[in-house]
Order: sequence, then structure tokens, then C-alpha cells
Amino acid sequence: MSLDKPYTDVPGTTIFDADMSRMGYHLNQFCMSLMKAENRARFKANERAYLDEWPMSEEQKQAVLDRDLNRCISLGGNIYFLAKIGATDGKSFQQMAGSMTGMTEEQYRDMMVKGGRSVEGNRYTGEKK
Amino acid sequence: MAQISASVFTSHVPAIGAALDLGKTGEDYWKPVFAGYDFAKQWEKEQKPDVVFLVFNDHATAFSLDMIPTFAIGTAAEYQPADEGWGPRPVPKVIGHPKLAAHIAQSVIQDDFDLTIVNKMDVDHGLTVPLSLVFGQVDAWPCPVIPFAVNVVQYPVPSGRRCFMLGKAIRKAIESYDEPLNVQIWGTGGMSHQLQGPRAGLINREWDNAFLDKLINDPDGLSKVPHIDYVREAGSEGIELVMWLIARGAMSDVNETKKGNAPTVRHRFYHVPASNTAVGHLILENN
Repeated sequence: MSLDKPYTDVPGTTIFDADMSRMGYHLNQFCMSLMKAENRARFKANERAYLDEWPMSEEQKQAVLDRDLNRCISLGGNIYFLAKIGATDGKSFQQMAGSMTGMTEEQYRDMMVKGGRSVEGNRYTGEKK
Repeated sequence: MAQISASVFTSHVPAIGAALDLGKTGEDYWKPVFAGYDFAKQWEKEQKPDVVFLVFNDHATAFSLDMIPTFAIGTAAEYQPADEGWGPRPVPKVIGHPKLAAHIAQSVIQDDFDLTIVNKMDVDHGLTVPLSLVFGQVDAWPCPVIPFAVNVVQYPVPSGRRCFMLGKAIRKAIESYDEPLNVQIWGTGGMSHQLQGPRAGLINREWDNAFLDKLINDPDGLSKVPHIDYVREAGSEGIELVMWLIARGAMSDVNETKKGNAPTVRHRFYHVPASNTAVGHLILENN
């Protein structure tokens, strides 16, 4: 019998469940390591070499190098963990969130100031706006 | 006997902490957010709580994927502000209340809720931003704090129903403590927000305000709302709102054995946006 996962039809959303956690364990633990200043310095000095210290998949490493957060999430990354990469880069949480939406930083910020993304048309995949 | 005098509910956005720490509170963007907490700051001076029991979620700070406790109670003497990737917040260390915390752990676990006991952890913005919002920028926090961390990061996360029932068990535990302490219980996190993926930036004012209405008037009904409704309506990180049901469950009007009157709503505030989220804030006093 399959487990109940009612959250698979929410558009543009990946729920970080036990399966994603299993897949993203090393990616997310790499992110955690960036909570130490000396590790941030080592990562910045040579990103590739630092990533190679972690048993991550090549796809995961490339997604980090590309700062492609959507790709990171599809490979098991969780946004609260991935936020440590943004913090290391000196990015705000808003810049990070905005980077996943296909909008420019300014467009995203303006959308938030105007009240945020509407839920209308955004509850179910394939829903008409 | 210790008593719960009030519950305080608030969002805990990291950018709010950054705005405070970097002296940006006077900027047009932030003014309305901080104005929403003027009442709380004054009110706390009059209330003088002896202890704050603070329900929050750790954001991949004290708990990595090595260990994921569903509910964790801090029984330490003190907690340091965490380095979340940009250095620790320049706020006072948090003083705990080990004796009351251990008493609560003993009582609540015997009431069938599985708590993880934590004797060492750093506390992130989930805990320090609410303290800053409500107590202001101070040299020392005015009272001890018992940190209570809830997993809302990795699914499955606890249901609203379980959180509400847990709040009841926490109230029972606090009221069985012999010293006459004035305890406040805070529920933090939320309101609607999504921080991930192409749907990031979701805000649902209508749902948030209906949540506040039900939290005040029908917490039992609210506790039955399934997770998927939070995700769909309030965004993937809107699930943090289940933590507010722990604080609400600790109020006397939902106590089954010795039912109190409905709480007094002392303050209610809602604002969009702060960074990626809506900000909600509510103060309820026990009657």
C-alpha cells in the first residue's frame, strides 16, 4: 500500500518529506557545514574542492556551483539548508526565494510589496488562473 | 502553583532580526511591521512574566538531518544565539529555566507525548526574533525562556490536532509546578509564506485572517485542519502555523477538567510583507 502524499499536486512546490530527506542528506549536510566561518572561507576559496569532500552526486554538486536552487530542491535540497549557501554568498532570503520564480529581483520584491503572489490559480497543478 | 497568564503569537521572520540588528527599523518598509509590536512591548512591562515557554521551529540550525526530533524541550541553563551563516545575531544569550523545563518534560512525556530532551543547543532566529519583537533591543532578556522546538521542516510534521492536545498537556504540567510563577506561552512562526520553488512569495491574506479568527474563537475546529490545506492555502512554509495551536491549547478556556472563560484579545496585528511573508501577531489573556 502506498503512503498518503496529498501534496504532490501543488504547483511549483516540493514538499521535503522523508524520501527527499534521504536523497538530499549529504547535500543538506554540506549546507549545514557552512554555519562555521572557517568552512565558509574554505568553500569560497575553492568551491569545487570543498564540494568534493562530500559524498554528493555530481548533479547535486553542479546544481550548487550553478546556484540553481530549484535544481537543488529537486535533488533533495531543503530551502532552510540551502539558505546557508545564500548566506555565504551574502544574499538575503528574499533574493534567494526570488531566484527560484523566474522573476527578476526587482519584480519579485515589487510583487511582495504589492501583497505577494495570489493563491488564485496556484492551489493545484494545471489550474487556470 | 505556576499559572499561564497569557499566550503570545507572532511570526519570526529572519529579515526582521536583520532589520533590527542593522538599524533599519525607521525605514518606510519596516516601520509598519515594528509599529505592530509597540503594544506588546508596553504590555510586557506591565505583565512581568517570570518565564516564557517559547514554541518555535529550528531552521536547520541546532538540528541537522542527523537527528530530527518532532518535539524538543530545552532543559539547559543557557542558550547561545546561533550562527546561521552570517554570524550570530548580536542579542543577549537566552537564560533557561532548567527546573521548570525538566518538570514539564517529566509531566508531558508521562502524558504520552514523546519529547526529546535537549541540554545543549544554539537558538536561531525562530526563537530570538520573537524575543526582540516583543521585548525590544535590550542588554538582557527580562526573564528565563524555555525553548520548545517543533519539527515543521521535514515531513511528516505533527498535525494541528496533536499540537493542540500537546498544548493542553503543557498547561497541565505548568499548573502542577509548585512555585507561584507567572508563565507566558508563545507560539511563533507563520503566517502565509512560501520560500521555495516557482510558487515562492505566496501570500493569502484571507486565509491568514480566517486563521486568526478561528484561533481566537474556534481553536478546536482549527486544530482539525489538515496539513494539505496549510500547504495549498498558506504556502509550504505556512505549515509553521501549527505551532500556534500548541500555545492556544495551553489556554484555560480549552481545559477540559477546569474550564475557564474565553480569553481576552488584547492585541491583534497583521501586515504584508516582511521579506517573503505575512506578519501576524496576537495576544490573548487567560480569564
